[in-house]
Amino acid sequence: MIAWILFHLFVFPGMLFTGILGLFVGWYDRKLSARVQFRKGPPLFQNFNDFFKLLGKETIIVKEAVKSVFIIAPLAAFAILTLISTIIGLALFYQRGFGGDIFVVMYLTMTFSVMVILGGSATGNVYSSIGAGREMKLLLADELAFILVLLVPVIKSGYQLQFDQILAVQQTSGPFIGSASGIIAFIIGMLCIQAKMTLAPFNIPEAETEIVEGPFMEYSGPLLAFWKLNHYMMYVIFPFLLILLFWGGFQFQGIGILWAVLKYVLIVTVMIIIKNTNPRIRIDTALNFFWRYASPVAFIGVILAVLGV
Amino acid sequence: MGWYNKRLAKSLWVFHASGSPCNNCDIEILDLITPRYDIERLGLKLVGSVRHADVLLVTGIFNQKIAPKIKKIYDQAPKPIFVVAIGTCVSSGCCFKDSYNITEKPESIIPIDMFVPGCPPKPEAMIEAVAKLMGVLNG
Repeated sequence: MIAWILFHLFVFPGMLFTGILGLFVGWYDRKLSARVQFRKGPPLFQNFNDFFKLLGKETIIVKEAVKSVFIIAPLAAFAILTLISTIIGLALFYQRGFGGDIFVVMYLTMTFSVMVILGGSATGNVYSSIGAGREMKLLLADELAFILVLLVPVIKSGYQLQFDQILAVQQTSGPFIGSASGIIAFIIGMLCIQAKMTLAPFNIPEAETEIVEGPFMEYSGPLLAFWKLNHYMMYVIFPFLLILLFWGGFQFQGIGILWAVLKYVLIVTVMIIIKNTNPRIRIDTALNFFWRYASPVAFIGVILAVLGV
Repeated sequence: MGWYNKRLAKSLWVFHASGSPCNNCDIEILDLITPRYDIERLGLKLVGSVRHADVLLVTGIFNQKIAPKIKKIYDQAPKPIFVVAIGTCVSSGCCFKDSYNITEKPESIIPIDMFVPGCPPKPEAMIEAVAKLMGVLNG
């Protein structure tokens, strides 16, 4: 039993699987971005090379930094993402869940942002502090919409909080994306993911040309490698979460495998296309967008879900 | 270290440190990331923070005001770090050779691994320099 728990955490839906798939999807992101810009793009194993190269570099701990927080933040963020990927993966691949999956995932995604804020503000760098502050504002902006989005499948599945039961309801009565409230929540969910992953147009915290990657500016060597890996792991976690909650999960028989891959690739492609075709917006515009437009629309979705549409 | 050097050769992240250039080499460096030359296919990436860098591209002459700053940037970079000098200015001083305010030799400030002469050097020349660096790393 313990061995299985460790296997799930460290190998299959957890650390290794999510990390390796995430690095490949990160390559897909860079390649597709390059093709959008009429460039050729990096080779297939580029992200692995980057990761192993960063592991071997020197780690500089800044003199003004709070050393413990500076070191712990990327590792804790990595542990948090491993945990989320295990919970989501267990529901998707093994149809297993426990009491309040959806709350745990909600809190853990929030804790990841908190780790970015802590890591950014621990470095003692001005740009990092600005990035951490922007990350905090972005968290305040997208959190309400994200929670409302997560409420919709809970309501539609008859107030189930467990991922496996939400999945079971979808497998008997069709995926939630087929209904009006489901499609509204799915679209708002895509935008929230864009903000949670800090992709353009919501890459305000780590604006590379403006505040030099924000919170991650002072990180070097293995700690930076973990931040990069965290970013690529989120390319796996959030699309899987959307597929799990709205699109009926994966079926691994016959043509279902192809369909499962297509669903995942479609969501990731839409995210990358949005990333490549939009400029970065200001933080007040992002707050305005999420509080004035996205959250009310998500709330309409919740009401529609309660009405059973 | 052979295995690690091969990984390093495939993902050299480039930081662009300009020491009082005339901005000509810098524009040519930016050409490297445009669709025509696209160094990302070789695994190179232009990074914004020197803490992420593997290669420093230095341009311009090192006058007495900028030299300590270049030294500071070099010290801030995580090792191993390679320094590639872009342009004739760093190599020989170009037309500023006899100015009153330049330092003796750029090598006395930071160790320079490779010179790419030219005013400005063509992007092809810079890619060749990087390819030579990769060849050295691959052994």
